[in-house]
Amino acid sequence: MLGPQDRIRFEQLVLPHLDSAANLARWLVRNRADSEDVVQEAMLRAYRFFDRFHGGDARAWLLQIVRNTCYTWLEKNRPAELMTEFNEEVHQQPSINPEALAGQADERQRLMRALESLPARAREVLVLRELEGCSYKEIVQIAGIPIGTVMSTLARARARLQRTLTAATAKEAS
Amino acid sequence: MNCEFSETTVHGYFDGELDAVRSAEFERHLESCGECQAELRETESLHERLQQSNLFEQASPQLRDRIHKQIVREANASGAKISKARKLFFVPSFAALAAAAVLLLAGFLVFQSHNQSARITTELIDAHVRSLQPGHLTDVLSSDQHTVKPWFDGKLDFIPPVSDFSQQGFPLVGGRLDIVDGHNVAALVYARRKHFINLFVWPYREKGTSLAGSGSHQGYNWLTWQSGEMQFCLISDASATDLRELKDLIGQ
Repeated sequence: MLGPQDRIRFEQLVLPHLDSAANLARWLVRNRADSEDVVQEAMLRAYRFFDRFHGGDARAWLLQIVRNTCYTWLEKNRPAELMTEFNEEVHQQPSINPEALAGQADERQRLMRALESLPARAREVLVLRELEGCSYKEIVQIAGIPIGTVMSTLARARARLQRTLTAATAKEAS
Repeated sequence: MNCEFSETTVHGYFDGELDAVRSAEFERHLESCGECQAELRETESLHERLQQSNLFEQASPQLRDRIHKQIVREANASGAKISKARKLFFVPSFAALAAAAVLLLAGFLVFQSHNQSARITTELIDAHVRSLQPGHLTDVLSSDQHTVKPWFDGKLDFIPPVSDFSQQGFPLVGGRLDIVDGHNVAALVYARRKHFINLFVWPYREKGTSLAGSGSHQGYNWLTWQSGEMQFCLISDASATDLRELKDLIGQ
């Protein structure tokens, strides 16, 4: 049972990471309104499970709950999305240098679309590293995957994002 | 990749995740491997693009409000359960009401100071980002602590502690003056592999907001603490682990 001092501790330790939680959910669910429901649900779970938090990295602890809540939501509402796996062979390496053509269309929109087009697991690792600034060790804790998988997924996700962006630039230019 | 190092090594190096030995090995290899150089450049430019596009999406004020209310509701519900269980022993009284009022006030103050520190943190991140613009990083460029420390003398009404941690992988790059929360602060710049870390130091003011804790915002990690009469704040896109390591070295 949580007492009033737990609530204050929760507000001091966990609540400051609400922005991180909102950001992660937004990129996993890919829809602002749905992601806010998921974050609310995750925060409630975090609050109820707060007596199981025994110190350490509060942000990683919260993001782990957010991540699991997102996956539960996706399994229920968008089961097809989780089925997409990486297929490196399908996408050939394009040959146009993206730098030469960048900056023409809205850069932010382009990046958003490209990031959203990544498969869930790749997007998750990339968002945790590039947007949330997590260390590999934190990603291991949050995503519940071995460090080797974090490293290979990250390398492939970056390569794939780069290819998607290059392809988008090439398409615009043609 | 045809070279002896796996693809993940480049990324591990870029992210500052290789240990010192591997990192040095890879740097030697990098000098002669065009493939790895290209991969590193690409990783770097993708990182820059992602950082510059502000893809980090903060919680909306509505969501913040919803969650705040939800926690209050949840806390009240569990409070009600406790009082039910103790009904025989616990008579609601003025004391209980007073306690509730104190709690509400405490909650409000925590909430207020949270807003305040969130604002300062945002300001510090802005200062960090500004410092990375060409020509803004340092006013005094030196890896010698005995050059940097006297430079601050007379420019500030306090003396920040300055040490170089090159041996431990955090070389001192230099220092500059900055303004945070309307006050002059000392900014020391350290390097961590390919990343810069800003250390902001200013005297802790009794009425000012105290910052203690860590977090991340738009891909930047921050770590704040107080020691003696000083407030310390580390900001960087280096990993949270790196920041903790540097904090331990500063040891204040």
